[in-house]
Order: sequence, then C-alpha cells, then structure tokens
Amino acid sequence: MDVIKYHIERRSGVSTYMQIVQQTKQALRVGTLVPGDRLPTAKEVVEATAINPHTVLKAYRELENEGLVELQPGRGTFVRRGLGNPGASDSPLRGELAEWMRRAAESGLEAEDVTALFDACRTEIFSPDRA
Amino acid sequence: MNAGLVAIEASGLGMRYRRGWALQECSFRLPAGRVCGLVGPNGAGKSTLLSLAAGFGEASAGRLRVFGADPRTRQAREQVGYLAQNKPLYPRMTVTDTLRMGRELNRANWDQRRAEGIVRAGDVPLHARAGSLSGGQRTRLALALCFGKRPRMLMLDEPMADLDPLVRHEMTALLMAEAAEYGTTVLTSTHTLPELEGVCDYLLVLADGRVRMAGEADELAAAHSLVVGALPAADSGQQRKDGAATGPVLPSALDPHTVVEAQVTGRQFSALVRRGAPLPEGPAWSVSEPSMEQLLLSYLRSPEAPALLMPSADLPEMPAAQLKDHAA
Repeated sequence: MDVIKYHIERRSGVSTYMQIVQQTKQALRVGTLVPGDRLPTAKEVVEATAINPHTVLKAYRELENEGLVELQPGRGTFVRRGLGNPGASDSPLRGELAEWMRRAAESGLEAEDVTALFDACRTEIFSPDRA
Repeated sequence: MNAGLVAIEASGLGMRYRRGWALQECSFRLPAGRVCGLVGPNGAGKSTLLSLAAGFGEASAGRLRVFGADPRTRQAREQVGYLAQNKPLYPRMTVTDTLRMGRELNRANWDQRRAEGIVRAGDVPLHARAGSLSGGQRTRLALALCFGKRPRMLMLDEPMADLDPLVRHEMTALLMAEAAEYGTTVLTSTHTLPELEGVCDYLLVLADGRVRMAGEADELAAAHSLVVGALPAADSGQQRKDGAATGPVLPSALDPHTVVEAQVTGRQFSALVRRGAPLPEGPAWSVSEPSMEQLLLSYLRSPEAPALLMPSADLPEMPAAQLKDHAA
C-alpha cells in the first residue's frame, strides 16, 4: 500500500528531483508520512510518473543526507523522522507573522507587495549569496 | 549501476550517403546505465547513428563500438534492442505469433514472461493481428519484442512520435520501469524537446551530422547561465549606430564566458553563456540556470558556438591511424 504519491509537473520550472524532495517534506510536515513508513521504490515511482529512475534515487539520497529517511539496501527507503509543523495555528511564529501581515495591510500594502517583501527577506536570511 | 562501462563509443565516425555526409567526425562516449536523449533537428543524423549502432550498414569513416564490440558482430547485436522509427511488425502476424518469432530469433536470452507481461499490461489482444492494433498497442508490442531480448541497451528511434499524450506517458513509464529494474541503458531519439524533461539523465545533441553537446543533463544545464539585463547605455547607442551587422555589444562582464547565443531587444539583452568563471548577479542583470529546452534551442540555433562534451562523454584524441577501422 503506497503511503505517498508524487505528482510531477514537468513545466513548473522546479527540477523533478526537487519536486520529489519537496512533496516528501510536505507529507512529513502534515503527517501523511510518519517514521517507519516505506517510500515507494524507484520502479513504483517511475511507473506512475514516467520520470527517470535516477531522479528518484537522487531525491531519496538528498532526503537521506538531511536525515529524514534511511536507505536500507534490499529492503527499501524508510522514514526516520517527521518534520515539525510550524504552520500549526497555535505556533508563536505563525502568530507573529499574522500580526506582521495585519500591520502590513493597515499600512496599505497589497498582497503582492507582502509576497515580494517576504521573498526578499527570505532570500536575505536563507540564501544570502543570491541576494 | 554499470559504473565505468561504456555502452557506445564513437571516434571520428562518419557516414556518407549519395546525398552527402549524414554523420561527420562524431566522437563521443555514452556510459552504460544512462537514459540518454538523442536530440537534434530533422536530418541531423539521429536515425543514421542509431541504425549504425544497431549493426545496420557500415560506417564510411571512423570507428563505432557497442559494449566494446563492432556493432555488426553477433556479440554486439545480442546486447542491443533496436526499435526503428516505423516500428516494423508483420501486419498479418498475431500478437502471440510475433512474440513467438521474437523467441525464435533470440533463443539465447529470450524472456517470454517479460515480453508477455508488457503486452498483457496494455490489454493488447493476443490473437489480434499486428496490423489491426492501435498506434499505442503497436508500440507496446514492438517494445515487448525489444525487452524480451533482455538487451543491455535499448535504442529507440522517435518511439513516441505518433502516440497520444496518454499512451506516451504510459510507454515512457514502462521504459523507465524497465530501466529502473534492470539498469538497461536507453538511447532514445526525439525532436520534441519537452518529451525529455525529467526522463533523460544524459543527452547527446546532433546537428548537421555533428555532435553539438553530450553529457549529464543536469551538469550541462548547470554549466550554463541565462543572463538577462540592460545593455550598458553607451553600448546600446553604439549598437543602434552600427546596426545588427556587428552583433549585440554585451556588457564586458560577460567576456570571460562563452556566449552561445545572445539576443538584444531594445535596451535589453539576454544571453545564454557557458561560464568560464563564477558569474554573479550584476547591478543591471539577473542570472539564472537555463531549462533544458532553452539550452537545446540555443545550441541548435547557434551552429557557430563550440561543441560541449562533458568529461564522461569525451574521449581522448586518438592518432589517425587508429581510426582507420572503417576508413573511407
């Protein structure tokens, strides 16, 4: 029984392997994937998505490097740990962000302005070399 | 998988027909275990290369090896499954008889279960004649014939050309599943670029019978940058005075890089460059990684840009004497 199904959007501009990484992480965040679950094999993924099997393995290796899954030779790829859920409605970070957005709206910013500001700050903090 | 093994090696390969050279001075390596897209415009030499590698015909110049053997030898042919563009099947033969023929022709390593499994998975009626099958069913049967051979390498000439998107997806999935399970090397030609995105991990690009680009798909893309920005004010004035004949005058910051293709629109330029050094974002331009499609289109539109072979696809220069294998 499959625990996760990947949806690959070929023309999204996001590389195929990154889509698998992101969708796996998303599943770990929302709890549809939990520790002990076995990810589908490369063959199972490519049968459903028609992508290159090396791409699947590359994504799984990336997830392994981040300590999220474990490749057990001959058995499969297993989830080691879930991801915290910072989006939970009672989390302090979310509360602060919501408060900040209310202030942004009051000062006349549109949704697009907020997104642009958010992206600029995110780049500054998380990938300063691209700023 | 199959690390270090070479599936195809061509050195100085040339093929001449009455109308001229279909392939010329082709030198490259395809490492085993790759899913390689063979890309190029119509008439680039894709089909010629595939049929030579499948052991049909004799090269006019240079040397071609398939898993180390001359492609026309039995040893090489047994390791290769080849699906020609027209998917040759005997129209009056039933599906069952077609598979039986496959078994007769490949007694040494025929895998009946695998071939039948591929046909059954597509609900192809076993007693129908090949000539009465739909396009998708015919492709499936032809692929079953190829896979039944248990080839180490599968070469497909425009396999998806006449298939609807649904069947195309299904066939690609089948192909990828086989590659995943058996580590089969795949070389598949196409001129529809989007077919490749996400499927191929290796690329061999031909144009006018020559190799334009070869190597790992992600590394090829990563070696290039797409630079979009504003032309320096003085330069754009000069550009307008000189007209298009001199070509666009790009910012001097691009000098250390090889410009594959550049376009100027008003005060804006966009250039696809092969980086010769780190290329940071500039005050007046942005840098991004090109998509596979952008990269291919740029190379195909710019025949004067130098060919690019990644180390795994490149082979050392050989003395001419060693290339006389099929000397013209």
